[in-house]
Amino acid sequence: MPRSHEILFRTLADPTRRALFERLCRDGDQTVGALTAQAGVSQPAVSKHLAVLKQAGLVRDRHEGRQTHYSAELDALAPLTDWTNQMTGFWQSRFDALEDLLTRMDQ
Amino acid sequence: MNETSAETRSVVVEREIPHPPEKIWRALTQPHLIEEWLMKNDFKPVVDHHFSFRADWGAVECQVLEVEPHKTLSYTWDGLGLQSVVTWTLIPTSTGTQLRMEQTGFLPDQKQAYFGAKAGWPRFFTALEKLLERHE
Repeated sequence: MPRSHEILFRTLADPTRRALFERLCRDGDQTVGALTAQAGVSQPAVSKHLAVLKQAGLVRDRHEGRQTHYSAELDALAPLTDWTNQMTGFWQSRFDALEDLLTRMDQ
Repeated sequence: MNETSAETRSVVVEREIPHPPEKIWRALTQPHLIEEWLMKNDFKPVVDHHFSFRADWGAVECQVLEVEPHKTLSYTWDGLGLQSVVTWTLIPTSTGTQLRMEQTGFLPDQKQAYFGAKAGWPRFFTALEKLLERHE
C-alpha cells in the first residue's frame, strides 16, 4: 500500500484522535475548547491530537481572536476512497513483485 | 446488494509474463509463494475456503469462489468497507502467459462517506475501525 495510507491509518489508529476527527466531520468547525468539553481528555491532550491530525493533513486550523478553530479536511481521505486508482497502483506493484518471484523460482 | 445504491467499479491489470501458466499458478496458490509477492495468508485452492491476507497496514478477508487449475482463480476481497471480487485468468502464449487480474468492487455509501453525508460516515468509520483494530 502506498505511504499515504500508512500515515492515515497510523493517525486514525488512536481512538481519541479518531473521535475528534469524526466529530469535526460530523459537526463542522469547532474550537479547541468545544472539542475538549466532549473529548474526555485534557485540553493539552486534545491539542496534541489535533497537531497530529494537522500534520497528516486531516484537519486545518484557523485563528480567530484568542480562539483556534479546527475543521476536517475531507480531501485528505481521498487516498482511502479513490478506490480505482488505489487498487490499480497496488496491483501494478504486486505484478512487479510476482515477476521478481517467478524469476527467482528459476534459480 | 442493492444495485441502485451500490456503485460498481472495476480494476484490470494485465501483463504478458515470460513464464508458463503452471509456474504462475504455483505462485498464485501456494501460501509461502503468495506471501513473497502479495501478503501473508492462509490460502487454500479450495472453493468456499475462508482465508485472509495480512499486512502491517491491516487485513483483507477473503473466500475462494472458483478454482480451475492453471486457468482461473477467483476470490472475494473484503476490506475497508468495500466488497470486491478478484479474478485471475491465465492464458498460455507462445512465450509464456497472458496474466490478467480483474477486481470488481461494490462501494455502498463510499461516495457519501467521502463527501461527509451523515448517513455515510458511521458506516465508513465502523469499517475503518474494524480494520484498525486488527492492525493494532
